Amino acid sequence: MTNPETVSVSSDSSNDETPLLKIRNLEVGFETQRGLVPAVRGVDLTLYQGQTLAIVGESGSGKSTTAQAVIGLLPGAGKVSGGSIEFEGHDLTQFSDAQFAEVRGSQIGYVPQDPMSNLNPVWSIGFQVEEAIKANGIAQGKEARQRTIEVLQEAGLSDASERLKQFPHQFSGGMRQRVLIGIGLSARPKLLIADEPTSALDVTVQRQILDHLQTLTRDYGTSVLFITHDLGLAAERAEQLVVMYKGKVVESGPSRAILENPQHPYTQRLVAAAPSLASRRIQSIKSAKSTDDSVRIFGEGSLDEALIARAATREASADEDLIKVSNITKVYEIRKQGFRKDKLLAVNDISFGVKKGTTTALVGESGSGKSTVAKLILQLESLTSGNIEFDGKNLAGIKGQELLEFRRRVQPVFQDPYGSLDPQYSVGNTIAEPLLAHKLGTAKERYNRVSELLDQVSLPQAARHRYPGELSGGQRQRVAIARALALKPEVLVLDEAVSALDVLVQGQVLNLLTELQTELELTYLFITHDLAVVRLVADNVCVMQGGRIVEAASTDEVFENSSNPYTQELLEAIPGANITLGA
Amino acid sequence: MLWYAGKRFLQMIPVFFGATFLIYFMVFAVPGDPIAALYGDHPPAPGVIEAVRAEYNLDKPFIVQYLLYIGGLFQGDLGTTFSGRPVIDVMAQAFPITARLALLALAIEAFFGIIVGLVAGLRKGKLFDASALVISLLLISVPTFVVGFVLQYVFGIQLGWARTTVSGAAPWGELILPAIVLASVSFAYIVRLTRASVADNLGADFVRTATAKGLSRRRVVTVHVLRNSLVPVVTYLGVDIGSLMVGAIVTEGIFNINGVGGTVYRAIRLGEGPTVVSFVAVMVIIFVLANLLVDLLYAALDPRIRYAK
Repeated sequence: MTNPETVSVSSDSSNDETPLLKIRNLEVGFETQRGLVPAVRGVDLTLYQGQTLAIVGESGSGKSTTAQAVIGLLPGAGKVSGGSIEFEGHDLTQFSDAQFAEVRGSQIGYVPQDPMSNLNPVWSIGFQVEEAIKANGIAQGKEARQRTIEVLQEAGLSDASERLKQFPHQFSGGMRQRVLIGIGLSARPKLLIADEPTSALDVTVQRQILDHLQTLTRDYGTSVLFITHDLGLAAERAEQLVVMYKGKVVESGPSRAILENPQHPYTQRLVAAAPSLASRRIQSIKSAKSTDDSVRIFGEGSLDEALIARAATREASADEDLIKVSNITKVYEIRKQGFRKDKLLAVNDISFGVKKGTTTALVGESGSGKSTVAKLILQLESLTSGNIEFDGKNLAGIKGQELLEFRRRVQPVFQDPYGSLDPQYSVGNTIAEPLLAHKLGTAKERYNRVSELLDQVSLPQAARHRYPGELSGGQRQRVAIARALALKPEVLVLDEAVSALDVLVQGQVLNLLTELQTELELTYLFITHDLAVVRLVADNVCVMQGGRIVEAASTDEVFENSSNPYTQELLEAIPGANITLGA
Repeated sequence: MLWYAGKRFLQMIPVFFGATFLIYFMVFAVPGDPIAALYGDHPPAPGVIEAVRAEYNLDKPFIVQYLLYIGGLFQGDLGTTFSGRPVIDVMAQAFPITARLALLALAIEAFFGIIVGLVAGLRKGKLFDASALVISLLLISVPTFVVGFVLQYVFGIQLGWARTTVSGAAPWGELILPAIVLASVSFAYIVRLTRASVADNLGADFVRTATAKGLSRRRVVTVHVLRNSLVPVVTYLGVDIGSLMVGAIVTEGIFNINGVGGTVYRAIRLGEGPTVVSFVAVMVIIFVLANLLVDLLYAALDPRIRYAK
């Protein structure tokens, strides 16, 4: 958090100072019917006063479990089965519940991952902050109320005094996360555990909140244990990194050293797959002045070379637009108190075209209207005004056979691979369902088509008989893609199709999509909030804000010389964008 | 909120007419001649049956009968039973007794059900939880009258703590044992509902956050787990008010209580249209009011629910 140059990052050189947190050989397991399943296997970690240390890893790596063990909040079946967690010389693994209650909040603060589920929906915001202040003996009575307002103001809620009586559902995600940060820091703890504090938020909000958190913890001299899956983010925010893989620490040390010279193959893959970093890699391939350094850092990796090469050498094709959107507007009516109605302009007079065989990205934050555009194009919502043409034909009023034919040619893939597959349907049936719906082929032909599709998305044939619950997130998204491809469509509308996936899995799916595009001459409309991913896959970019397109240009133009202030703000907010390399 | 409550009251009007019409029709459609049945094997003098029919409007077409009944209703006249007692008097005698019984049962099942459910939820998988589950399963599967007879035998006859039958006036004290019997099945459901809800909420993210704030376990449970867990329980209780009034038939039979259950049962057997319809209409209104109460309680328990429209 402070300038890396001025802080001695090597733990060995700080021997004279006792560490705030010292984890040695920590083992955590979960009790199941088949015995203890290890989740954390021999983790060592040292954090000094005032330092920020990030644990990086994908889901299931044990990073959150490690953090939860520190604050004694392991979920039901979890327990520490070995090793020690020393906090200021006391071994936390030996603490009783009552002792933990003393330490929590006052000594060790906690900022959880999902702001939507971490505030109690039935109590007001003020109540929930005040409760923390009172429980930790910071203040009582009227003073506590005053302190509550201060805490919230410090956390960035300027109108805190008016909003104390409001409930969590009346706050946006970013605001809730500020409240949670306020709660975590309310008692000025020595250590703050921030478990993916911003992964559920928009990039620009994420940046504001992390900046704010950084300022606060620096001012208070708080040490931070930062848990994240995003290597770029971790390197930007922490001076020390610990990379975890399958419950073990595979690499640890100063952030910069790890980023520049990852030793362990897993870290190398992570560095290679991080879209934020890959985006810079493209930059370095493209720019002739690429230094030795950037080549060394980004030269090798598992995001397909082809993907990067393609991104580096793309050119706008000159064909006719396959999808042509002209001046479309969508107004939703929102019922208000009584009989009044408010109009919400979700999409405000936008126009763009998508050429055959290309990828056009719609980028924007939540509420920008990008998903509404997808629904309008897919004919899932009706237009308020404007025109959408597909293959030279106006889609207005299309129905019956024509609509069916349109749906065959334009298929969607949605964000949540957990919600968009029917858990009661086997993978084979899921993929074959569009064929049935369009009454295509005999049972035998459908069977063969499913086999072919499983091959195309690199799933084993045996997956046909499995159910979504048995698959990982990445595998489910492959199933969703296979289902979308079943009808041999020409266009795929990918609505945040890789946003919910771990970085390595995301890389694989992006590779797959790129291969399929070349192989099947697909056209993609790629809807995302993640500019780093856009850089990898898109030919053209439309940046949306508040229902309008604020900038539309080729990807290179947007990334290299965008003049739009909002686009620049988004680019700035890409985690890792600020890491200066080659120092 | 007021607007919402007002709207719900207005909705009761069609519900009332619909329910009374349907019930009236069903009583009308029951085969057999109620007047002839009154006299059993000794037919009265000719003309008497016709006269009695005319007195109770049974000689008129169904729709006229119904309209006459509704018309009387608005003048405060609910008709008379075949024995000549005004229906309103019968109701004034039966409803308070059953209401006392149902309220006692409601209080018993809510109080003990929530406590047992909470403790079971907090100690999921432990002995207390397992026993609570077994006992609740027993109460659900054993018929009410069996529970009734067992309690009557143990507490009434063996221990002599309570009267085995309830006197005509049915004071609160005598109704405790019948109320326990009446509450038994619902108690079991509330235990299970509360237990599941508490166990669910214990794993919620906001409970973890509350613990991380440094709150004591006691405060986490009472402030953050219990209130959130009560929402489904309150729904159940609301619906149960109605079932308790209706379900009292069996319990009232066991303890010989002169409540709604017995009265309606007799009226149905005799085919006394006005009596049946009046009683059922009141029950329908109680049902609707209880549901309204639940919806308003919802909003009090969960601020996300606001009835703006």
